[in-house]
Amino acid sequence: MTTTALPRLGGFSPGMIALELRRLMRNKRTVIFTLVMPAAFFLLFGTSSAYKDERAGDGNVTAYVLISMAVYGAMLATTSGGAMVSIERAAGWSRQLRLTPLKPAAYVAVKIIIAMVIGAVSVVVVNVVGAFAGADMPVGAWIGCALLSWACALVFAAFGLFMGYLLPSENVMQILGPVLAVLSFAGGLFVPADQLGSTFATIAKFTPVYGVGELARYPLTHSGDVWLAVLNVAAWTALFAAGAMWRFRRDTARV
Amino acid sequence: MTLTASSDTAATGTGQLAVDLDGVVKRFGTVTAVDGIDLRIRPGEVVALLGPNGAGKTTTVDMLLGLSKPTSGTAKIYGLPPQDAVALGRISAVMQTGGLLKDYTVEETVRLTAVLFGKPRSAVAAALERAGIAEIGGRLVGKCSGGQQQRLRFAMALLPDPDLLILDEPTTGMDVGGRREFWDAIRQDAEGGRTVIFATHYLEEADAYADRIVLVRRGKIVADGTAAEVKALAAGRTVRATVAGASLVDWSQVPGVESAEVRGDTVLLSGRDSDAIARHLLTRTEARDLEITSRNLEDAFLALTAEDAA
Repeated sequence: MTTTALPRLGGFSPGMIALELRRLMRNKRTVIFTLVMPAAFFLLFGTSSAYKDERAGDGNVTAYVLISMAVYGAMLATTSGGAMVSIERAAGWSRQLRLTPLKPAAYVAVKIIIAMVIGAVSVVVVNVVGAFAGADMPVGAWIGCALLSWACALVFAAFGLFMGYLLPSENVMQILGPVLAVLSFAGGLFVPADQLGSTFATIAKFTPVYGVGELARYPLTHSGDVWLAVLNVAAWTALFAAGAMWRFRRDTARV
Repeated sequence: MTLTASSDTAATGTGQLAVDLDGVVKRFGTVTAVDGIDLRIRPGEVVALLGPNGAGKTTTVDMLLGLSKPTSGTAKIYGLPPQDAVALGRISAVMQTGGLLKDYTVEETVRLTAVLFGKPRSAVAAALERAGIAEIGGRLVGKCSGGQQQRLRFAMALLPDPDLLILDEPTTGMDVGGRREFWDAIRQDAEGGRTVIFATHYLEEADAYADRIVLVRRGKIVADGTAAEVKALAAGRTVRATVAGASLVDWSQVPGVESAEVRGDTVLLSGRDSDAIARHLLTRTEARDLEITSRNLEDAFLALTAEDAA
């Protein structure tokens, strides 16, 4: 009548990831915001014939905009992946999960993986659309930029988790969506930071989107201060991860 | 006055106790939610944890499930710390509200539970079947009625095939038909020998479905026994009889009588040991038309949980 052994890895399993992804893809709002919108923005802002002809680094401006939108899509996707915890806490699902062998750390690991998977899908969608819509850059730069846009979005998976634990709301993405848009402007993702004036350009360097954008574009542009960008990404990831950990510990403490 | 009727019989069973609460106290700041509960439950018992809102039922349930830690005292489930018993699937629960995601289907929700417990796909179908929701497996949870959602929680709780099932106010918000169906499913399940503890403030549910009632008030157990015993503890029973010349007798001298009332030839004798009173009437007097009535559980409940009961 009883199970005699605890599941390995604290209940972390591919089966759970598969079910969670299926649920996420069922949510039309998530699909539109993370997969459709970044590609639509790219088509809207990056594919004028002037952009296709104008050069930017090793490719054209369309490719430059493509990378920015891939980063934006990855950010949205990973943030909403992390922020799933907020919806689940609001619904009492986290409490339900505590009646299973699933360990809190395994739950968070599943959330991070899901965030990164939908981040990857978002990056792939924008890049495929870009390939058919006139973006031009060397294959090596293309792969490098796509991988960096995806990998650096980990900072927003941490951000999403932190906010997910901080804001117990069912509609957390309605708050975080605009926040990400503002951060994208502030970090020079939509408009290059040096076009914003020197004061803004300086402030931009300290905002969390700046480092991700600079790094993701580097294989194309070979410009900018790479180490400053790496420092920016590392610092914000550490900060958001620490915040998420702090709230997570508080949330799962048995009182 | 001590109101414990049968806690000794509960402890005499052989083997591992299903539940062993020993001096459990739970405080939240200055508020004492549970104030020293000792409770032993043997495997196979169906126990109602009955009490008014705020009596400490849900806090007790949370400690049984390892969702919160006692301030002092210990809780053991089949000899294990509650969290281990949960992880091993020996105890599971149907919680009062919440705990479901709208974007999952019924079947997916149970399948996820199966994945977490490392149970095969066949266990999912079996749990859905036993909870009576097999035919709505493909429905989104958000589109299910309250009763269907509660049976989904029940299916999830059944999945690890637990030895002990806890139901915290399981029928809150259900209509009469939904409640009956839900309890039929539970009762069918309990026939297999599963231990069941349910918290409720519906007296009729405790009366109808429990072998044993544990009455809780202000974080303490105020009565513990069968429904009949609990009724008797609070109010005793009343023996009514017709005795010629009743007014000439000093009825308060009869063994077991706590109060007596005479109305012409009719006498009403109240006391906890109604058997002794009846025996006296039938063997020592000319009494006839004997009638023994107990107060109903609601009277017992009110008497035992009233502010001045202690």
